[in-house]
Amino acid sequence: MVELKMPQKEVIIKVIKNQPSKTHTVLSSLLAVSNEFHYIPKNSIQLIAEYTKKTVNDVWGVASFYTNFRFTPPGKSTLDVCWGPSCHLMGAQKLLKDVHKLLGINKEGETDDGKITLRYSTCLGACAHAPVCAIDHKLFGKTSINEIKDRINDI
Amino acid sequence: MDFKTIKKKAQTDWINLTTADNFWVRVGYGTSGYAAGAKEIFEYFTEKTKAMDNVKVDLVGSLGLSFAEPLVDITKEDGVRVFYNNVDIDIATKIFNDHIKNNDIAKEFVFGQICNDSEKAIIGFAELDKIEPLVHTKRIATKNCGNISPTNIMQYIANGGYEALFKALNQLTPEKTLEEVKSSGLRGRGGAAFPTGVKWSFLAGSDSKTKYILCNCEEGDPGAFNDKGILENDPHMLIEGLILSGYATGASNGHVFIREGHEIPIESARKAIKDAYEIGFLGENIMDTGFNFDVEVSLTGDSYVAGEETALMEAIEGKRAMPRFKPPFPAAFGLWGKPSNINNVKTLAYIPSIINNGSSEFKKLGSGNSTGTAIICLSGHIKRPGMYEIEMGMTISELLKNVGGGSSSINDIKLLQTGGPLGGILGASDFNIKIDFDEMAKAGAILGSGGIIVGDTSTDVVDLVRNLIAFNQFESCGKCFPCRLGNTHMLDILERICMSIPNDKDLDVMARIGNSMKTGSLCGHGQLGYNPISSALKYFKDEFDEAVKVSSQPSPRVSGKMILPTRTRP
Repeated sequence: MVELKMPQKEVIIKVIKNQPSKTHTVLSSLLAVSNEFHYIPKNSIQLIAEYTKKTVNDVWGVASFYTNFRFTPPGKSTLDVCWGPSCHLMGAQKLLKDVHKLLGINKEGETDDGKITLRYSTCLGACAHAPVCAIDHKLFGKTSINEIKDRINDI
Repeated sequence: MDFKTIKKKAQTDWINLTTADNFWVRVGYGTSGYAAGAKEIFEYFTEKTKAMDNVKVDLVGSLGLSFAEPLVDITKEDGVRVFYNNVDIDIATKIFNDHIKNNDIAKEFVFGQICNDSEKAIIGFAELDKIEPLVHTKRIATKNCGNISPTNIMQYIANGGYEALFKALNQLTPEKTLEEVKSSGLRGRGGAAFPTGVKWSFLAGSDSKTKYILCNCEEGDPGAFNDKGILENDPHMLIEGLILSGYATGASNGHVFIREGHEIPIESARKAIKDAYEIGFLGENIMDTGFNFDVEVSLTGDSYVAGEETALMEAIEGKRAMPRFKPPFPAAFGLWGKPSNINNVKTLAYIPSIINNGSSEFKKLGSGNSTGTAIICLSGHIKRPGMYEIEMGMTISELLKNVGGGSSSINDIKLLQTGGPLGGILGASDFNIKIDFDEMAKAGAILGSGGIIVGDTSTDVVDLVRNLIAFNQFESCGKCFPCRLGNTHMLDILERICMSIPNDKDLDVMARIGNSMKTGSLCGHGQLGYNPISSALKYFKDEFDEAVKVSSQPSPRVSGKMILPTRTRP
C-alpha cells in the first residue's frame, strides 16, 4: 500500500479556523476538513480535538458516526448512485448492477485505476427525476447506464 | 433606509424588470432543475446574451413542475410569461434565435403562458395556471417559487416579502403574533403534525434570556424534496417565518439545519441570511424596533436520525446525532441546555402569510383539523412528478389524477408509499381518503413530510418493503438496540424471502420484532420501524403469504440480492 501523504498541519489548522459558520464544533470542523481534502486525514483528528477542547476519542466518535466521512483519499472522481425507494422503483438496482459491470467492482469503493469512487447514496434530493446519480456533486436525473458511461469518459 | 422606502424601490425595480421593453429570461433551477440540466441552459443564455443590454437572464426557483424541466420562460413588456418546457441546447438555440433575436415566439416549443391580465394572453397558448396540474394547486408557502430569483432579496420584498415582519413588529405584540398562529390551526409539517402555536407557547412561557428556534431542513426522507425546495426556491419566505417565530416566542437565536452535500439549499440559505443582515432584517434592532434576532446555518453529516428533534440538537452541538431521553423536553432543556423549539421548513414558510392575511384566511382552507395546504412531492411511476401545494382535503385519487396525471406507464397505480421510509404503504382500495393528517393516519399511512412515491402494478411489494427496511437499517443511529438489531434482523428475513428461501414463521417473527422496536426505542426511527411492513400487510397480505410459502422453485418476480451499502455505524 502506498504511504499516505498527509496535508501539512498548518494547512489543516487554517481550514479549521476559517469555517463558514459562527458556531465551531467537532462536527463542523470535521465537515470543513472533509470539504477541503475530500477525506479526514488522520493527523487532523488531534488538531480538531485541540481546537474544540475535546478528546481524540470524542472526535473519532463523531467522525465514525456520519457516513459521509472517509479516512483515505477518494478516487479522482466520485460517482453517487441513489438506492432510495423512489429511485428503487425507477430501476436503481438494475442501474447499480450495470455500474458494477462498467467499473469492474462489486461494492462501494475505488476502481483499480483509482479513477472513480463509487458510493451508494440514500437520497440526492431530486426524486422527481429518479433514478438520480451524481458525479462530483453534479446531479443528473433519469439516468441510463450509457449516460454514466459518457459522463465518465468526459472526466 | 426604512422599510417603506426599501419596499418602494423594490417595487419600482420589479415593475421595470417585468414590464419594461426588454427580455427577462427566467430559468427554473433548484436541485430538481439542476438534475434536469437547467444549469447548462442558463449558462447558454447568459453567454449568448452577454453583449445584449436588453436581455436579463436569471436563475429562479422551480415552479414545481419537475416533469417539464428544464423550464424556461421569457417575459416582455406586456408582462406575459411564455414558457418553454424540457429545454435542451437545441431548443435553447431556437428560442434564442426566434424569441430573443427576432422577437418571434418559437411556437413549436411553447409549453404555455402565465399572465396576470387575461386580456393580454396570447391566443393559441394554454394558460398554465388555468389548466392541469397548476389549476388544482393553491400556492401559499410556495407562492414565489419559480417567479423570483431566490438570491435577490429585493424581488422577494417586491412580492410582499417582509411585509408580515414589518406588520408584526410595528402593530402586533409577541402575544398577539403567537395568538394569530395558534388560531390559524397550523400544524407542524415535519411529520408529527403537532399544533405549531401550542408548541411555540411552551417556549414563549420560558423566561430564559437565551432561547433557540431551530429550523429543520435535514430532510433525509427519500421522495420528499419540499423543504429543500422552499429553501432553494424562496429562502426569504423561511427566514421571515423564522424571524417571526423568534418574535412571537421571545427567542434570541435561530439555526437553519441542513445536511452537508445539498449545496444549492445551503448556498441559498447562506446568501439569504447574509442579505437579510445587510438590509437590517436580522441582527440588532431589526427594522428600528429594538428587536434582536440572529440566525446561522448549521450543517450535519449524513445521518437520517439527525432529523429527530433531540438528535438534531446533538448534531448542532457537534456530537453524534443520537436522540436524547425525554423528558426534559426541548422547550425546557434544548440546544446547549437552553429552551428550544424545532420547526419544519414548511411550517415556518406559512407564517408570513398567516400574519399578513390573518389566521381566518388560512383557516378557510383545509379540512377538519388540518387547516391550510399540503406541499406534496410526487415521484415514482407518475406522469407528472414534481412539487405541488394543494389544499388539504383533496382526495388521493384526485391528487393522482388531476395533479399527477395518472400512471406514467400502461399499468394502473397499485400503491403509494407515503411519509418517508418510516411511513406506510397505501393500497389502491383506500385512494378515496382525503389528504389530511388525521384521515391519512387512520388509514395507517402518514402524511408526514408530504413525500408520495407512486408504484404501478409492476411494483413488487415485498421488494419495495425490503428496500424501505434496508434504508431504516442503514440509517439507525444504533443507540437503542431494539432498533439497531431489529431492523438488521428484519432485513435479513426480507432478504431471505426475496431470495425465495423463506421460513413459514417469518411474518410472525417480524411482527414480534416490530413490537419490541415500538416499545423499546427512544425515537420514531425505532418506534415506527415496523410501519412499512404492517401497512403493506394490510393491503397486500396475499403477496406476502405467497412469498413466504416454502417452495423449491425460486419465484420469478424476485429481483435477487439487493445492492446495499456495507458501511454501518459502529
